[in-house]
Amino acid sequence: MIKDTKSQTTTNASLEGLGNALENEAIYIFREVVAQFEKPVLLFSGGKDSITLVRLAQKAFWPAKIPFPLMHIDTGHNFPETIEFRDKLVKELGVELIVRNVQDSIDQGKVVEETGKYASRNMLQTTTLLDAIEEFKFDACIGGARRDEEKARAKERIFSVRDDFGQWDEKNQRPELFDMLNGTIEIGQNVRVFPISNWTELDVWSYIQKEQIEIPSIYFAHKRNIFLRDGLIWSAEDDVVFRAEDEVVEERWVRFRTVGDMSCTAAVLSKADSIDKVVEEIRDSKISERGARIDDKRSEAAMEKRKQQGYF
Amino acid sequence: MNVLKIATAGSVDDGKSTLIGRLLYDTKSLTEDKLEAIKKSSEQRGYDYLDFSLATDGLVAEREQGITIDVAHIYFSTPTKSYIIADTPGHVEYTRNMVTGASTSQVAIILIDARKGVIEQTYRHFFINNLLRVKNVIVAVNKMDLVDYSEEVFNNIKKDFEALNAKSTYAEQIVSYIPVSALKGDNIVDKTDAMSWYNGDTILGHLEELEAQDLYDAGKVRFPVQTVIRPKTDEFHDFRGYAGKISGGSLKVGDAVTVLPSLTQSKIKEIFFFDKTYAEAPAGSSVNITLEDDINITRGDMLVKTDELPKIEKQVTATVCWMDSKNLVPGTKYIVQHNTNRVLSKIDSINSVIATDYTGEQENNNKLSLNEIGEVSIKLSKPIYFDSYNDNKSNGAFILIDAQTNTTAGAGFIS
Repeated sequence: MIKDTKSQTTTNASLEGLGNALENEAIYIFREVVAQFEKPVLLFSGGKDSITLVRLAQKAFWPAKIPFPLMHIDTGHNFPETIEFRDKLVKELGVELIVRNVQDSIDQGKVVEETGKYASRNMLQTTTLLDAIEEFKFDACIGGARRDEEKARAKERIFSVRDDFGQWDEKNQRPELFDMLNGTIEIGQNVRVFPISNWTELDVWSYIQKEQIEIPSIYFAHKRNIFLRDGLIWSAEDDVVFRAEDEVVEERWVRFRTVGDMSCTAAVLSKADSIDKVVEEIRDSKISERGARIDDKRSEAAMEKRKQQGYF
Repeated sequence: MNVLKIATAGSVDDGKSTLIGRLLYDTKSLTEDKLEAIKKSSEQRGYDYLDFSLATDGLVAEREQGITIDVAHIYFSTPTKSYIIADTPGHVEYTRNMVTGASTSQVAIILIDARKGVIEQTYRHFFINNLLRVKNVIVAVNKMDLVDYSEEVFNNIKKDFEALNAKSTYAEQIVSYIPVSALKGDNIVDKTDAMSWYNGDTILGHLEELEAQDLYDAGKVRFPVQTVIRPKTDEFHDFRGYAGKISGGSLKVGDAVTVLPSLTQSKIKEIFFFDKTYAEAPAGSSVNITLEDDINITRGDMLVKTDELPKIEKQVTATVCWMDSKNLVPGTKYIVQHNTNRVLSKIDSINSVIATDYTGEQENNNKLSLNEIGEVSIKLSKPIYFDSYNDNKSNGAFILIDAQTNTTAGAGFIS
């Protein structure tokens, strides 16, 4: 998955391959982070967006290694394929991986596990994240959020200043003009940085296709035991997803379009077993990516509220 | 695929969000779940029609008040092009957010309510797009359905706007006029039968014609250094690369370059984009370059072609758009961020506050308050190397950072 680091000289003056506008912008943002902050970290979930971030970071600093660690806020409810993939990637990159566990926050009594049919650990991540930021004194957290995902995210700046409680003040954001990113902050404050803000889901998939980036296998179609609830397809193979007795398990061809905490990530029916087929499927899709994320459906302002509390 | 960036401007209730919603809806860019959410929210609120602003006004406060407070970025694409719309607020009090949206856009859509015609806010919106040198302006005369699709109403508004345009200082700006009804979908994506007197393009038709070129100038080479790349590995022991995004011109291997501010000279040895080298790189590329000579270069320095030096001065005069609730007054110090370079500065004088209604009136009350635009003289502690904003957008603009609050307090455009 990592490109050969030996440089290959192209003899012609062809400008093909110098990246498109979005890639150039993302690389620029990464370099601004390293230049403006002392302790940045890349928030890595093992999903396609954070994997794309890793490739962009490699490009931004090559031939040097990625000059910051990756951090995974592990809900403990991950797809096993994602964790396996994460560990392999980190080993190949030769970068540091920090893992902080939501389970620890639960054990410390800082957060309380949700119960009931829709119990999820997604919200609980915020506390673990904020504690980790404080522990390591990170001043910039790079994340893979995109503005096309959700309407509150569409409002956020590329450099998003958070106070020392991690809170987003959505009504008082810094103007962000031209390419000039202002990351000046006080001690205790933190900036969330979103290099792929302007990418759409299709942009990410097309990039993965073009760059031949490896991704966890759950993104591709496979047979899985599932059950239906509220029109969404849930994995029946994992204990963390609550299933009532009357919810019937059946085997279907599915894939995951987004990979979050298992307890709030639904699958889609699909036979797309290659990246080319996935790109084709996304292009034709009539449902948005977030349509499979139950945590956004809690209320019209679910994401905004989470972000105010420090969610990335 | 290329990306065309659009900023919308219009007063409250002129129908900006409806227009954007209609663009998304008619290009089938709204997914079923998002459409379903809009339907549900519209019904809950007791509306008779789909309120597309519920899709773009992403903040609770915006939905409560029914106005747009901050810029939302909205994405859609056609088989030929990708589009990013910066949906910017129309209220005077959110002018700074309007400037934010316009600063990265190649096209502006200014909405006018056909019933109200050109109003003071229209002047302001046009002024900002003039000031920021937004090349293409589409004047969308909206709500034509409420004036019986009258050709006369449209022509009168067009005439008024043309009178405004005559006062513009930006001769290269291209202004187009399109009569639309965002609510009914007339002339947004599909041509309407309701206005047979209009032979021009629809909004989307017009956008599709525009070239999605970069915001970066093809002219003189400007390469602000973001960071120095020193791998310190066995394989790249002596590697010293300068990473940055070319903000003007096209950089070639072998070019004679001068490093600013030291005025040291060298030649481009290699141009890297990731692990490949290129003989040439165009404006807008985030490259990593090496030089023939080992010289001391740090963040904030700029590489230019030796025969294309910019101005190097310790004093600048600029049009400043003030964005802070604390007034800008002479004698105060701010950090000027110009490209990647930061220099402490002192406000010398506020020469005038510019009326944005094209009356040409200027007053001098020696301060700029929030959302005001004026001409300001600034003294810098160290020289900066700049072009006028008209010659190179990136190298002619700067932001003012308040050293106490760290906020971006203003934006400047060097004359």
